[in-house]
Amino acid sequence: MTRQEVLEKLSGIFQEEFDDDTIRLTDATTADDIEDWDSLAHINLIVAIENAFNMKFKMREVTGMKNVGEMADIILERSK
Amino acid sequence: MALFSPMDHSVFSGERVMYLPSFTQLKKYAKRRDPAVPPACKLAVIGDCATQHLAAAIAGYAQYAGLDLAVFDADYDQLDAQIMDPGSELYAFGADWVLLYMSTEKLLRAFYNAPAGSRERFAEDTFQRIDTYWRTLSGRCPAGILQFDLVSMDDGCFGSYALKTDASFVFQLRKLKYLLAEGCRQNKNVYPVDINAVQLACGRDRFHDSRLYYAAKLPISLDMLPAVAKRTVDVILAQRGQVKKCVVTDLDNTLWGGVVGDDGLEGIQIGELGSGPAFTHLQMWLKALKERGILLAVCSKNNEDAAREPFEKHPDMVLRMEDLSIFVANWEDKASNIRYIQKMLNIGLDAMVFLDDSPFERERVRQALPEVTVPELPEDPALYVPFLQELDLFETASYSREDAGRTKQYRDEAVRREMLQNSLSYDDYLAWLEMRAYAGPFDPFHYPRIAQLTQRSNQFNLRTVRYTEAQIQALAADPAHITRYYTLRDKLGDYGLISVAVLDRQDEDTLFISQWLMSCRVLKRTMEEFILNDLVRLARDQGCARLVGEYIKTPKNAMVADIYERMGFRRDGAFFVADTERWERRKTLIQEDAQ
Repeated sequence: MTRQEVLEKLSGIFQEEFDDDTIRLTDATTADDIEDWDSLAHINLIVAIENAFNMKFKMREVTGMKNVGEMADIILERSK
Repeated sequence: MALFSPMDHSVFSGERVMYLPSFTQLKKYAKRRDPAVPPACKLAVIGDCATQHLAAAIAGYAQYAGLDLAVFDADYDQLDAQIMDPGSELYAFGADWVLLYMSTEKLLRAFYNAPAGSRERFAEDTFQRIDTYWRTLSGRCPAGILQFDLVSMDDGCFGSYALKTDASFVFQLRKLKYLLAEGCRQNKNVYPVDINAVQLACGRDRFHDSRLYYAAKLPISLDMLPAVAKRTVDVILAQRGQVKKCVVTDLDNTLWGGVVGDDGLEGIQIGELGSGPAFTHLQMWLKALKERGILLAVCSKNNEDAAREPFEKHPDMVLRMEDLSIFVANWEDKASNIRYIQKMLNIGLDAMVFLDDSPFERERVRQALPEVTVPELPEDPALYVPFLQELDLFETASYSREDAGRTKQYRDEAVRREMLQNSLSYDDYLAWLEMRAYAGPFDPFHYPRIAQLTQRSNQFNLRTVRYTEAQIQALAADPAHITRYYTLRDKLGDYGLISVAVLDRQDEDTLFISQWLMSCRVLKRTMEEFILNDLVRLARDQGCARLVGEYIKTPKNAMVADIYERMGFRRDGAFFVADTERWERRKTLIQEDAQ
C-alpha cells in the first residue's frame, strides 16, 4: 500500500466518524484542524483504524501521535 | 425489529454468530432521537470510569430496539458527586432508571491501596458503599436502579491459592459478587445487569482493551459495547413488560436429529445416538425454560401421529406431551400455524420465539410475522444451545413459584378455545365444559381473596366499593348484610373464587345489592345468570319482595352498565328492581355444587 492510499483510506474513516464528507487528510493534519476531534472521538478513530488496517497501535502511540503523518507511518510499518 | 437477522455487523466470531449493529452504527442510531421530543423513558448512567461511550451505545441500541429512551451521561467518575448531592444533575434529570457501573479495574486499584490488614474486609466495605448508593438514590428519587454485575478478573497474585485466601483480590471479588446478588435479591428496586455474561461469552481480551483503559479509562472495548448495551436495554424492556412468553419449535433436525417420518421412531437422534447429546441438551434447556414459566409449543410439518410418537414412546426424549402447551403438526404454512398457536394461547406475537433449522421456514416466518423473534440458528446442532443462551431472549422482571404452573393453565385455556372453534355452537361448548359453581357466605379462609378481588376488579364491578380484609371480616359478622362468594370450575380446570356479592337489608321488604363484582376471566359462561338466580332466591328466602341493584359509572366499568336490565330487572329511577315472586329464572349452563 502506498502512503497516498493510506491517507485516502484514513480520510474515509475520518469522514465516517465525523459525518463529514469534506474531510481531506494530509500528513500535517492534527486534532486542532477538525472541530469534533476530542478525546472520545480519538478512541473511536483508533479502533476504527485498527479494524480497517488489521493492525494494533501501542499504548504510547494511542496518546502520543502528533499528526496524521505519524499515524500513516505506523500503519505503513505494521500493515505489511 | 430486525434483531438477529444476518444484515448487521457480527459481534461474536466463529460459527456462533449474534448479529448486532457495530458501535459506529449505534452512534448513528442514537442521533435519530429528536432531543426536543419528550422521551418515553429516561436513563441516567453513572460509573467510576469513562461512561460516555457506554451511554452512547445504550442510547443507540434503545433506538435500534424501538425503545424511545433519553440517556443522561454523568461523565467520568461521578458516583459520589451525583448520588450524594441532592442538588446534582442526576436528580434534576428525573430518570426512570439509574445505571450504576463499578469497574473491576477501579476496584482492583482500591484493593491494592487498602492497608494490608483491611483487605479481608474489602468485599463487605465495598458492598456497604454500594448499599449506601442504593439507599440514597431510593430515598431521593423514584427511579429503578440497574446495577452492572462485576466483571470477573484474575490478578494472578496468589494463583489458584487465591480461592482459599481471603486476603486475595480474587477471593474478595467473588465474595463481593455474591453480596451484590444477595443485595439485589433483597432490594426490590435494584435490578442486576449481567454484563459478566458478555465477558464470559467473548473472553477477557475481547471484552477489555487495556490500552484504551490506560489511555482513556474505558473498561469495555468498543467492539463489545453493543453487546453490553443490548444486555442493559433487555433489562429495561423486561421492566416495561416486553418479555418472551412462548417458544415455538420445529421437530425434525431441531428438537431431534433426523426426520421421524423417514427414519422412524428408533432412527431419530436423541439420547446417545449420533448427534443425540446436542438435541438432548436443547430439550433439557427448553424444559428448564418451561419450569420457569415459558410456554413451549410445537409447530411441525409432519403427520400428527408420527410427530407425537417420540413424545409418547421414545425412552430418551426429555420433553413429553405434558410439557407442551400446544401441539401443531400438519402440512400447512408455518406462519399460519404460528398465528393459530398465538390465538390459542392468547399472547402477543412479539412474545413468541420460533426455532427452526430450515432457513426457508425461518425466512417465511420472518416475512409473514415480523414481530416474532426468529433466531438464525447455527447449522451445527452442537452450537444450538450456546447460541441461544447468548441471545439473552428470556429476560424477566419477576419470578414466583406459580410461574412454573403456567403451562397447565395455558393448556387448559388452549383446549377450551380449540373446543370453541370445533364445537357446533357456543351453548354446546359450554355444556361440554360441565361447569360447576359453588356459592357460600364469606368465611375466614376466603377473606384475603375476597378483599383482593374488591381491590382489583375494575370492569365487571357494579359499584366499585373497595374493602380491606378487616372490613370483609366485619361485613361477614354483621347480620344486616348477606354475603356471598362464588367459585367456578369446569372439566379442564379450576378458576377459584371469581365473584363477590353483598346484600344490605334496606327495609322489611327490600334487599339492596351494595357490592357485586366478577372476574372477567369467566365472562360469557352464564355465570352472571347463575349468580342473579342465586341472589333472587336468597332474597325470597328472606321474605323480601324486592331485590334492588345500582350501577355507579367509572371510567372502566361500562361493560356492566346495562347488566341488570339485560338480566330482567326493571328500571326504577336510578335503580334496577327484581320482583322476587315473579322472577323468571335465567338460563344457565352451570350446575350448583353442594361443596
